[in-house]
Amino acid sequence: MSVLVIAELDSHGIKAATRSAIRAASQLGEEVHLLVTGNDVAGIASEATKIEGLSKVLHADGPAYAHGLAENLTPLLVQLAANYSALIAAATSFGKNVLPRAAALLDVAMVSEVIQIINATTFVRPMYAGNINATVVAPAGLRILTIRPTVFEAVAATGGAAALETLTATGETGQTTWVSRDLVELDRPELATARVVISGGRSLGSAEGFKATLTPLADVLGAAIGATRAAVDAGMAPNDSQVGQTGTVVAPELYMAFGVSGAAQHVGGIKDSKVIVAVNIDADAPIFQVADYGLVADLFTVIPELEAALKA
Amino acid sequence: MKILVSIKRVVDYQIRPRPTQDGLDVELSNVKMSINPFDENAVEGAVRLKEAGVASEVVVVAVGTAANQDVLRHALAMGADRAILIETPSVVQPLTAAKYLQAIAQRETPDLVLTGKQAIDDDAAETAQMLAGLLNWSQATFASNIQLADGRATVVREIDGGQETVSLQLPAVISVDLRLNEPRFIKLPALMMAKKKPIETVPAADFAVSAPVLTVLQIAEPPARKPGKILNNVTELVAALRAEKVLP
Ligand SMILES: Cc1cc2nc3c(=O)[nH]c(=O)nc-3n(C[C@H](O)[C@H](O)[C@H](O)COP(=O)(O)OP(=O)(O)OC[C@H]3O[C@@H](n4cnc5c(N)ncnc54)[C@H](O)[C@@H]3O)c2cc1C
Repeated sequence: MSVLVIAELDSHGIKAATRSAIRAASQLGEEVHLLVTGNDVAGIASEATKIEGLSKVLHADGPAYAHGLAENLTPLLVQLAANYSALIAAATSFGKNVLPRAAALLDVAMVSEVIQIINATTFVRPMYAGNINATVVAPAGLRILTIRPTVFEAVAATGGAAALETLTATGETGQTTWVSRDLVELDRPELATARVVISGGRSLGSAEGFKATLTPLADVLGAAIGATRAAVDAGMAPNDSQVGQTGTVVAPELYMAFGVSGAAQHVGGIKDSKVIVAVNIDADAPIFQVADYGLVADLFTVIPELEAALKA
Repeated sequence: MKILVSIKRVVDYQIRPRPTQDGLDVELSNVKMSINPFDENAVEGAVRLKEAGVASEVVVVAVGTAANQDVLRHALAMGADRAILIETPSVVQPLTAAKYLQAIAQRETPDLVLTGKQAIDDDAAETAQMLAGLLNWSQATFASNIQLADGRATVVREIDGGQETVSLQLPAVISVDLRLNEPRFIKLPALMMAKKKPIETVPAADFAVSAPVLTVLQIAEPPARKPGKILNNVTELVAALRAEKVLP
């Protein structure tokens, strides 16, 4: 049999997170197919045949698939599942929304946020905000997984030569209608995939202070800007900049936390960063326990000094 | 309109969990337990809909051991009308929970089921979507705003990089984000009143539920990061980061 990866699309085509899911899928030791769904996405599907590591791309088209609604996609997944030993998607808001619904209909105990594939049925996944890793065995038969994209390196977007097959769309269930989407326009790297992330906490004081303090340093570093939940709740930073257990999980080469206390829920989202730097006035702040380098200092003096040092 | 809210009893978010001696579970004895924070937002959301006159009854349900009485009382004190405990010998996995909730939803026929977007113990974020699938109802996950009118729910969902608005035909299952609201602080009179509200206990065996489960081989703390260094100034920091090759 083969394994089927469910593709997630954005305005640029197939998301990098899907290519991470393909990497994970290939570790199951079977042929990997990719399912591309959407409205008028023949171009994207044919482009997808070039993705490394795929033997086949399945393409199902129609207005019902335009916005990735779980109600409309699940019948197709249920139909296809009979031909596959595993269904896999990245643990993004899309994958987390769609796959559990399909798992219930297929009566499968799914494994979410897989961070390690030990063998075809044994997986490691984080629990308790990353304080615990659980090694679990899925029952034999169909497996349904979401994988954490930051721990599986995306396969290349080009170089492959998969076959292309067109499927009949399962159609619209009419239960849910999509109204609108409001994506934050970014003029800097995306948080989840940035090479450098700098984050600020509530100590930045205000939305103006947050921006004025962190933006110049982010510009020098080419960094994405993250925030703690406290900073987001206080209106200092947008929702989607929240890093942590319940926000975005990041794993950059360099993570710098300014005025971040280091609560477990925040740390759960940064643990896989290569180098963590913490700047905090409180020498006992828990963030220092996970930081590779720490400065016990005021962020408002450190940040301008850093900028100056980096520009020099 | 009737709202069913599903809640879970979990290790309090301020507690650092430890594996048990045998490495097969998380130590739960003598550990502070609380209502799952996201479920508390769901209860708050439902109670506010009742206070606004949109909902007529709020029923909370938990699947788990008898100890769940405390979180059900908590939800009653927040303003839920009655509570149901589906009593199981231990904590159940998401698919099993979804099947018990399906049975209760079929009995109670609510217009809406609300629950937290994830439980902070397993962090699975599966149960609501599974329940919606089993019931063949509409679903919205990670909701930060819910408006009900004309047999539909208009829901703002938190998605990667922004937000999305969807309109659901009721009945529906909605999983909520922390941003939906700020749960109220429970005052003593509310707690006293909650003591008088009914909690119905239904033995799990009353439902013919069976579901495949994941077998846990090991519960362990992740490998620790190597100990860090406290540096004296920015010059040392820049030198260290250049030596790590993470700065040009
Ligand atoms: C269910 C749940 C889920 C959660 N999910 C997340 C999540 O995904 N992400 C997340 O971040 N949080 C999450 N939280 C919240 C988390 O528990 C913490 O409350 C939050 O991370 C704290 O943010 P903070 O560090 O900005 O604020 P605080 O805890 O207020 O800490 C501020 C820090 O700044 C330091 N400081 C103050 N002034 C300065 C200065 N001038 N220079 C340097 N340092 C200074 C202080 O010493 C302190 O350490 C969650 C909580 C719950 C209950």
